[in-house]
Amino acid sequence: MVCVGAGPAGLAAALEAAKNGVEVVVYDENDRPGGQLFKQIHKFFGSKEHRAMERGFNIGNSFLNEARELGVDVSLNSVVLGIYENGTLNVMIKDRIEHVRGEKILVATGASENMIPFPGWTLPGVIGAGAAQTMANIHGIRPGDNILMVGSGNVGVIVSYQMLQAGSKVVAVIDAAPKIGGYAVHAAKIARVGVPFYTSHTIKEAHGKDRVEGATIIEVDKNWKPIPGTEKRFDVDTVCIAVGLNPMSQLLGMAGCKMIYVPNLGGRVPAHDVNQETSIKGMYVAGDVSGIEEASTAIIEGRIAGLAIAHRLGYLDEPGFLQQRDVQLKNMVGLRSGSHGEARGKAKEYLNAMMKG
Amino acid sequence: MRIENHPILGEFEKGRRVEFIFDGKTIEGFEGEPIAIALRSNGVMIHRYTARRNEPRGVFCAIGRCTDCIMVVNGLPNIRTCVEPLKEGMVVQTQKAKGSEGSSE
Repeated sequence: MVCVGAGPAGLAAALEAAKNGVEVVVYDENDRPGGQLFKQIHKFFGSKEHRAMERGFNIGNSFLNEARELGVDVSLNSVVLGIYENGTLNVMIKDRIEHVRGEKILVATGASENMIPFPGWTLPGVIGAGAAQTMANIHGIRPGDNILMVGSGNVGVIVSYQMLQAGSKVVAVIDAAPKIGGYAVHAAKIARVGVPFYTSHTIKEAHGKDRVEGATIIEVDKNWKPIPGTEKRFDVDTVCIAVGLNPMSQLLGMAGCKMIYVPNLGGRVPAHDVNQETSIKGMYVAGDVSGIEEASTAIIEGRIAGLAIAHRLGYLDEPGFLQQRDVQLKNMVGLRSGSHGEARGKAKEYLNAMMKG
Repeated sequence: MRIENHPILGEFEKGRRVEFIFDGKTIEGFEGEPIAIALRSNGVMIHRYTARRNEPRGVFCAIGRCTDCIMVVNGLPNIRTCVEPLKEGMVVQTQKAKGSEGSSE
């Protein structure tokens, strides 16, 4: 099995497959494994089966220990450039390009950040929320002293809290939508210490010549149109953009997988069945690349894909596979219900149905 | 700018303190951390100027995806400083436009 991406989904799949005897190689373009897990210093939600109440970086460390024990080969600084017929992959490792063939392929490439352009958005000091998280939680440096957070989804509110933990001041969290997008628990953590929320507000401009020296926000009406005269200016050195993620599904589109545009899942995603297999036989997907959700759902999808691959390769018999898969599917139910999860669960069912249609 | 005593993460593991050269000046950073982090800890925000409009650019995504933070490193232009590890004695220069190989001040 060749796995593209060593984030939570890819590692979970690699571990399940390797546990059952599959020979696994994992490629990741970064110089460390774990994807975004090591930046997640908050506790996860859900029940114990979802590893809730654990912090992301601890989950990451236990995955890596397990991978080492099972002898899973994780090749870092390795960029998969393309997937071709018969399961051939082109992988760039340092200055070489190698051809690799896998009997089964799992694509778990994750997502990239959405951006919104506005006057001044290219100034040094305007950064993605992921950048803020990387600087503070991996490299131990404050991205700025006074931060305006654009976007109140889970990423926006969680990263805002992490900026407070890093010693920065979050001047405001704004969102063009009329209500806060993230979980109430995370939003409450920053509201409690006095961070103001401006809903129905968007960013009008970032000011400064060589770097951000301030930012102006403006209220928007029901039709998302800015209302003149409602501008407010903040003295900030950093503007942080947290306006959602989109699946990095280019490899799959290029390989010829049936792709479908699903707004609730963040963009163009591959149709896949309940075992995470795409329209191309032997090519599987897991995690954000198959629809934007969360690390906890990515891990479960990865486990299902790993089990299915072990089964198809003959390492796991049918009853054993079905029994273990159903445990994972049951764990998923709780994560795809409630106000935030239900729409995603429905969208996933739609993707499953598109495999048959 | 460096975070000390993080409430969850405590102290950050870093390599040894090394000197490197930024636009002719000797400054310090930690070996193995991205060049961009060492620069930011010294207050450097501008990494390059764009080709057409000569506008300043700095770190944007910090994970090697957007290429906004590219600089001339040891004479090679277009190096993604947010992922390139810092080494002792590196010569790092603000990139003008597309940069040119072997360029120096």
